[in-house]
Amino acid sequence: MTKLLLSVLMTAILTNNFVLAKFLGICPFLGVSKKLKTAAGMSLAVIFVMVLATAVTYPINKYLLVNNGLEYLQTIVFILVIAALVQLVEIVLKKYMKPLYNALGIYLPLITTNCAVLGVVLLNVDNGYNFAMSMVNSLGGGLGFMLAMIMFAGVRERMESCDIPKALQGLPITLIAASLTSVSFLGFTGVVESIFG
Amino acid sequence: MAEKKSLRHEFTKGIVEENPVLRLVLGTCPTLAVSTSVSSAIGMGIAATIVLVCSNIVISALRKVIPSKVRIPAYIVIIASFVTMIQLLFKAYVPALDSALGVYLPLIVVNCIILGRAEAFASKNTVIASALDGIGMGFGFTAALFLISTVREILGSGTFLAGIKDLLAVFGDFSFNGFKIPFISENPMIIFVLAPGGFFVFGIMIALSNRIAGKKGKKKAELRGCEACPMAKSCSMVGSCDENKEEAQA
Repeated sequence: MTKLLLSVLMTAILTNNFVLAKFLGICPFLGVSKKLKTAAGMSLAVIFVMVLATAVTYPINKYLLVNNGLEYLQTIVFILVIAALVQLVEIVLKKYMKPLYNALGIYLPLITTNCAVLGVVLLNVDNGYNFAMSMVNSLGGGLGFMLAMIMFAGVRERMESCDIPKALQGLPITLIAASLTSVSFLGFTGVVESIFG
Repeated sequence: MAEKKSLRHEFTKGIVEENPVLRLVLGTCPTLAVSTSVSSAIGMGIAATIVLVCSNIVISALRKVIPSKVRIPAYIVIIASFVTMIQLLFKAYVPALDSALGVYLPLIVVNCIILGRAEAFASKNTVIASALDGIGMGFGFTAALFLISTVREILGSGTFLAGIKDLLAVFGDFSFNGFKIPFISENPMIIFVLAPGGFFVFGIMIALSNRIAGKKGKKKAELRGCEACPMAKSCSMVGSCDENKEEAQA
C-alpha cells in the first residue's frame, strides 16, 4: 500500500506534472511566475486548496452522488463546493489565522477558477482512486505545481537580463521557455515505473 | 442601420480582432491540451462554442434578475449545467471524442473565456448581441485551436484530420478518416504532440499574431495581470495579483 501511494505521489509530481504535462493551471503558471516570492505563495495556496477540496469532495461524491446514482451532477457539485470552500477558507483564515492569511490570502480568490483544482478532483474520480490515493494524488499534484512554478520563476528571473529578439519579447519567449522547462520533465518518463513497478 | 452594423461587429470581433486565444490569451489550458490533433481540437471548439452561446443567452436574459452580489456563483451554475448537458450529449453520440477530450470536457466550466464573456459582455448586453458575441468568440476559439492543432498534428504525427471519423459519426458512417502526409508520417517529430511542442507552437503563434497586429498598429497580446482576469470585478483583492503594481508599492 505504501509503495502504491508513493508511486501515485511521484507520478503526480514528476511524470504527470500538472502544469508541464497535463496543462492544468497554466494561467497562474504564466501569470504569477515573474517573481520567486509570489510563485511560492501561489503554489502554497494551490496545494492547500487542492488537498482540502479533495478531502471535502471525496465523501460528497462517494456517499451522496454515487449512492443515489447522481454521478452526472459531479461537474456542477464539484465546482460549487470548491467555490464555497475557497470563500469559507478565506473568511476563516482572515479571522483566526492572520499570518497565514497574509501569506496566502491574496491568491485564494484566483483559485476558484483554477482548472488544476477542479481538474485534480475530477481526475481522482476518473481514475477510481480511493480516499488515501486521492489525497496523495492531490498533494502530489500541488507539489508538482509548486516545483514547476518555482523552477520557472527562476528561469524567468534569468530571462529578464537577456537580449530577446523583438518579435519574441513578452509572452512568446515565456511560452518557449515553458516548452524547454517541460522538455526537462520528459526526462522523468519511465523513472517512476522502473522504481516502483 | 447603425444597429445592424454594431451587431455584425459583435459577431466578427471575436474572430480576428479580439481572438480569445491569440489576442486576449484566455483559455490557454484547453488550447494547449487538446491541440494534439485537429479532430479533438474541433470537437473542443464545438463544445466550448455551444456552452458559450447558451450560457451567454441565458445569462443575458437573466441579467436583471440575478442580484449582483451572487452573480459569479449564479454564472458558474448556469455554465456548469450546460457543460453537463454537453458531456452527456458527447457521451451518447461521439463517445470516442468524449474519451479523447477526457477531463478537459468538464473543465470547460472553468474556461476563462466563458466566465469572462459572461461577466464582461452578457451581463450588460441584449440577448441577441450576447448570442452573436458568443458565436463570434466561439468561432475565434475554434479557429485558433484549428491553426495550432494543424501545425502540431502535421509535424507531430504526420497526419491531418486523423480520427475525424469519430466526429462525423453523428451524421452517419463515413469512410474518410484524414490524410497521411507523405514523408513526415514515416518520420514524425513526436515532440510536437507532446507537452513541450504545445508550448512551443503556441508561443510561435502568439509571436506571429503580435507581428501581424503590430503592423496594423495594434497592441501586443500580453497577459495583463488583473485586468485580464474574469474574476477581476468580483475579486476583493483587485490589484494585488498584479505584480507590476505590487512592485510599485514596494
